[in-house]
Amino acid sequence: MTAVQLWRSVLSKDLRLAARRRSDAINPLVFLLMVITLFPLGVGPGPDILARIAPGIIWVAALLATLLGVDRIFKDDYADGSLEQLCLLPQPLAFTVSAKMVSHWLLSGLPLVILSPLLALLLSLPTSAYGALSLSLLLGTPALSALAAIGASLTLPLQRGSALVSLILLPLFIPLLIFATSAVESAGMGMAVHGQLAILAAISVLTVTLAPLAVAAGVRMSVN
Amino acid sequence: MWRWLHPYAKPEATYRLVDKLLPWFAGLTLISLLVGMVWGLAFAPADYQQGDSYRIIYIHVPAAIFSMGAYFGMAICGAIALIWQIKTAEWALPAIAPVGAAMTAIALFTGAIWGKPMWGTWWVWDARLTSELILLFLYIGVMALYAAFDDARTGAKAASILAIVGVVNLPIIHYSVEWWNTLHQGATITKFERPSIATSMLWPLLISLLGFMLLTATLVLMRYKNQLLKHELNRPWAQAELALDSRESAEETR
Repeated sequence: MTAVQLWRSVLSKDLRLAARRRSDAINPLVFLLMVITLFPLGVGPGPDILARIAPGIIWVAALLATLLGVDRIFKDDYADGSLEQLCLLPQPLAFTVSAKMVSHWLLSGLPLVILSPLLALLLSLPTSAYGALSLSLLLGTPALSALAAIGASLTLPLQRGSALVSLILLPLFIPLLIFATSAVESAGMGMAVHGQLAILAAISVLTVTLAPLAVAAGVRMSVN
Repeated sequence: MWRWLHPYAKPEATYRLVDKLLPWFAGLTLISLLVGMVWGLAFAPADYQQGDSYRIIYIHVPAAIFSMGAYFGMAICGAIALIWQIKTAEWALPAIAPVGAAMTAIALFTGAIWGKPMWGTWWVWDARLTSELILLFLYIGVMALYAAFDDARTGAKAASILAIVGVVNLPIIHYSVEWWNTLHQGATITKFERPSIATSMLWPLLISLLGFMLLTATLVLMRYKNQLLKHELNRPWAQAELALDSRESAEETR
């Protein structure tokens, strides 16, 4: 089996598992929708204040939803031993675990991109910012998934690691949050957003290419 | 170089080296900090614009620089621990992290004190301030991850990986004042250009920098010594060392 075939089988296994246990993948999205619903109830339904805080709320909710999905990345494979088998294979582990990152993105990042116009509508974001919001999520969420995989691999052997994962990951998420919300805000005011989106893309390219190495090191540490 | 370095993979040899270096570092720290602080805080001329309140630069800048320096040192130790699996490098992480976190906290705190009279606010969400705050969170994350594992070696490896990942924050902190148009002023001392500070203010600043560097090193060495003893508690050399220490202190009290 070549490395690419292995990559594909890991990815398709993850997607098939998610399709059979749909609630695991859908719950974080429902959580996201509920968090978004809480804000208009909390700060009042005035469209001007909602429009101003909408980019921040949507992105913070996206970060929290990513954190909810972290356990799903490696926990089951670690518990049933298949992660150990992946470590023993001659195929490079860094490449194999990148399939895990992709499956996490397909199950938590991509639905967010698709849902984003609905979220923008709920928070009465100006229509001119819709495109920038979807694009910022499309460019930013791959980096979120890559960083989430690092956090998941480092805390695998821990019984109660979820608080620790948030502590590790949230500081690393901050740069994405800053550039993404600034892009959406500029778009809402009718200004150019290429600069911020280019930085988001650069961050994503950097993390997606380098994170698998850190994830592989973390998985090896956890399995031993 | 390898011949000179490899004995220090053995904890006892490292302990002897640290023990020998520590008094020198401590003494030089005392001298340079005393000279730097007294010269800077009492004798350096007042700034024509900021008056006397600029003097906090003699604490703020050194603390900020070595909060980053300590992080980089910690990441290097993490890389050594991961690549060559050297135990003594792993124990450097818990020794460095709290010292670096304290330096970061000092830099943030003195920055707030300096910001109040100059900018009229304790805190702004400016790129330099935010990235320094992220550094503090990273230190806390490294410490929490190290402490979370029952097995110290696994914890050290996890913390090492996180420390290396966090290094990306260092250039962001350094260049934040150039990349973004921020409230925080630009660098005062650069390697290649003439410093943007008068010579009479520069010298005490350089001496304070040296003092904070040595202070960081001294505190790290003291913590590292404890780490070495803690991890090797059941070895004869550590027992002998502890017995010696307790005998000495008993004689002093008598």
